[in-house]
Amino acid sequence: MKHRVAADLSGLPTFGHGPHSPTWWGTLGFMALEGTGFALAAGAYLYLALSWPAWRLSAPQPNHWPGTIVMILFVVSLVPNHVLHRHAKQCSMIPVRIGLVVMSLLGIAPLVVRWFEFPALNIYWDTNAYGSMLWVLLGLHTTHLITDVGDTIVLMVLMFTRHGYSGRRFGDVGDNVFYWDFVVLTWIPIYVLIYWAPRLG
Amino acid sequence: MSSADVTGDRHIPEPDPAKGDLAPERDGPRDTGMDDASLHRWLERTWRTPSGIVGALSSVDHKVIARRYLITAFVFLGLGGLNAVAMRIQLSGPQRGLIGPDLYNQLFTMHGVTMMFLFAVPIVQATGIYLVPLMVGTRNIAFPRLNAFSYWIYVSGGAFAWVSFALNMAPDVGWFAYVPLSGPEFAPGKRADVWAQMITYTEVSSLAVAVATIVTVFKQRAPGMSLDKIPLYVWAMLVTSFVVVFAMPAVMITSTFLILDRLVGTHIFNPAEGGDALLFQHLFWFFGHPEVYIIFLPATGMVSSIIPAFARRPTFGHLGLVLSLFAVGLLSFGLWVHHMFATGLPKLGASFFTASSMMIAIPNGVQIFCWLATLWDGRPVIRTPLLFVFGFFFIFVIGGLTGVMLASVPLDLQVHDTYFVVAHFHYVLIGGSVFPLLGAAYFWFPKITGRMMSERLGRWHFWLAFIGFNAAFFPMHLVGLWGMPRRVYTYPAELGWGNINLFISAGALLFFLSFVLFTFNLVHGALKGTSAGNNPWDAGTLEWATSSPPPSYNFARIPIVTHIEPLWAERETLPVATGLRVDARELLISTVAEAHPDIREKSATPSIWPLFAALAVGGTFLYSIFTPWAIVWGAAPIAITLIGWFWPKGDPEDQE
Repeated sequence: MKHRVAADLSGLPTFGHGPHSPTWWGTLGFMALEGTGFALAAGAYLYLALSWPAWRLSAPQPNHWPGTIVMILFVVSLVPNHVLHRHAKQCSMIPVRIGLVVMSLLGIAPLVVRWFEFPALNIYWDTNAYGSMLWVLLGLHTTHLITDVGDTIVLMVLMFTRHGYSGRRFGDVGDNVFYWDFVVLTWIPIYVLIYWAPRLG
Repeated sequence: MSSADVTGDRHIPEPDPAKGDLAPERDGPRDTGMDDASLHRWLERTWRTPSGIVGALSSVDHKVIARRYLITAFVFLGLGGLNAVAMRIQLSGPQRGLIGPDLYNQLFTMHGVTMMFLFAVPIVQATGIYLVPLMVGTRNIAFPRLNAFSYWIYVSGGAFAWVSFALNMAPDVGWFAYVPLSGPEFAPGKRADVWAQMITYTEVSSLAVAVATIVTVFKQRAPGMSLDKIPLYVWAMLVTSFVVVFAMPAVMITSTFLILDRLVGTHIFNPAEGGDALLFQHLFWFFGHPEVYIIFLPATGMVSSIIPAFARRPTFGHLGLVLSLFAVGLLSFGLWVHHMFATGLPKLGASFFTASSMMIAIPNGVQIFCWLATLWDGRPVIRTPLLFVFGFFFIFVIGGLTGVMLASVPLDLQVHDTYFVVAHFHYVLIGGSVFPLLGAAYFWFPKITGRMMSERLGRWHFWLAFIGFNAAFFPMHLVGLWGMPRRVYTYPAELGWGNINLFISAGALLFFLSFVLFTFNLVHGALKGTSAGNNPWDAGTLEWATSSPPPSYNFARIPIVTHIEPLWAERETLPVATGLRVDARELLISTVAEAHPDIREKSATPSIWPLFAALAVGGTFLYSIFTPWAIVWGAAPIAITLIGWFWPKGDPEDQE
């Protein structure tokens, strides 16, 4: 079939931030499916909790402090996270490097506290279904936390190399900021379910 | 809309390069004003899959990956079909001693698992991997390396299941593996673990494809392909991908919970320790019912592509068909409990799910009537693809009618776990998905291979399949109503089910033979078929605008869309856009709703790392059926391969 040139694309930019970029949509897609996983795990917890009249099944209360500290660290981390986002959009290298170092540290810190969260549940996964669900919920969130911290560290290293001076890499930083928001956001319902729902029973 | 509007003056959010710390853009030759021969040379050099074994294993071309998917899924169809033939020989007479109960349990489980997870879902997604980028007028799928990764994960999951079968270790707990039967107490050994991890492999793979498909449709549509000009097949794949995104995590959660119960002693499904066995069924069917529509919706998209091409007019009720797809996709999440009517649910809940099960017949009915109206008003040319569409109408409507019957609780309780249900879902799945798929094979085969399949053999194939299918499955309604239960490896002669089962087995054999004929036609067509040309059916969508088979870069210049059937609207010359680089894999990113050109984005180059990542992930899954520490040990190779995958290698595609 013969072609008839009807438009010129040569002036278009070679990268875009946020919803302009396919990677942003891909990240959103993965958030949607992982969010569904969180919702279903939480639903399974509630299904079991509502099926048994004395939920917690005579287990001791979990100690909420490690979880609360993680929550506080998460909320604090949102500030540098979004400062980083602004600099990523402007493609300015030095602040982005500083921001990624800060965010890597603010990712490792809750991970360290998370180590103490598991014993603070005051129950093992194989004691009863209540214990199983607590470990599952915490484990599910920890998987996401580890993944994102790993991603942040690799991206940080990358931005210290010559590969960093590229619009797409700055776009990746923006998507990393976006995903960290997701990790923080999903912690809120999980935190409530793990530490505060059992106190109702 | 005139094609000038496509790039009309509007704000392009270009970052100011003076402000950012960016390496200057290294520009290369563009396609603007280039003659066709040099353009082809440049694009072929940039987009081709490298030669050699490593090159083949590194391919990220959506057509190459899709071809592999299609062939692999077809092999699994053959294997699943052989399972069925073995079962039908055993059931062809009362008390036959060919197959014992243990092997029979593995056979029907492998049949279900293979057909659902290794054939039906992968093959509809594979068709989408091939066709969606062509139909939206782009050069590759979004996230091509993720797409390649998904294929390797899928193959390893399938091989894992079938090697287990060869080792007498195949799952034997039914394709839905209910607890407590599949739990630690009643399923010792590794068979149920194989089920659980095979699920995880295949779901990871289809979730990856779903995300890639969604982003391709949202962001890579050709200029001018606004929402109202998206082909129905692409809509169907988009809705399906959304259903995958929201349904598949449920089965991953189910299989993970099961393997945790079995491997590390959690009690999620154990009622003795505060768990609940019914929770398994809820989680499984929250995936399992949408699964039916994951298989069915792409098939409706295929029907919506075949009918206008042969009715010689655009589809009647385009908007109605799109809205029906949405409605079916949404309602598919509200039906799962109708698989659980026999579990003693509260009456009100059961009534709700009866109502929603009947409601989904409405959008499906709308679709059928739109297709009939298209044919009615057109000048239908009866060729093999259309014959299979007629077969689909006939069989699927019967399956739909028994579906409405089964939605009623009293009837469901009577025929629960009998062959009536087996008949129903084979009418729905084979009628609703396999017949359109066979029609689609005849329809798009010329595009994929450049050659036609034999029309005469195609007609033979259709009638053999149609008669064989109905002979095999229609009598199952009767034998089910007489009380023959599912999943029994034999039955006593006194029950009088012998003759009808012999008839069913004969039909099944005929149906199997129809696939042998189909295979012959495929091979014969690929080797000796007549040359197809670009557009043998004179169809209207963009995949027919390029050569058959399409070149590695799909389109020499990005087409511009002005009509829902672009090739019918622009019969003389195709409007195209220029200005892309030819020395790097550049493609066009457009806006979600209007498909305005937005970014010249680089598409990923071939890479071996997705294969390594799949090996690391697959090895971890495999090891994890033996010890939970596999997750810890597997993390390091997974991390290394992912870093290898994403780390820039200095190609022009990695710059900017």
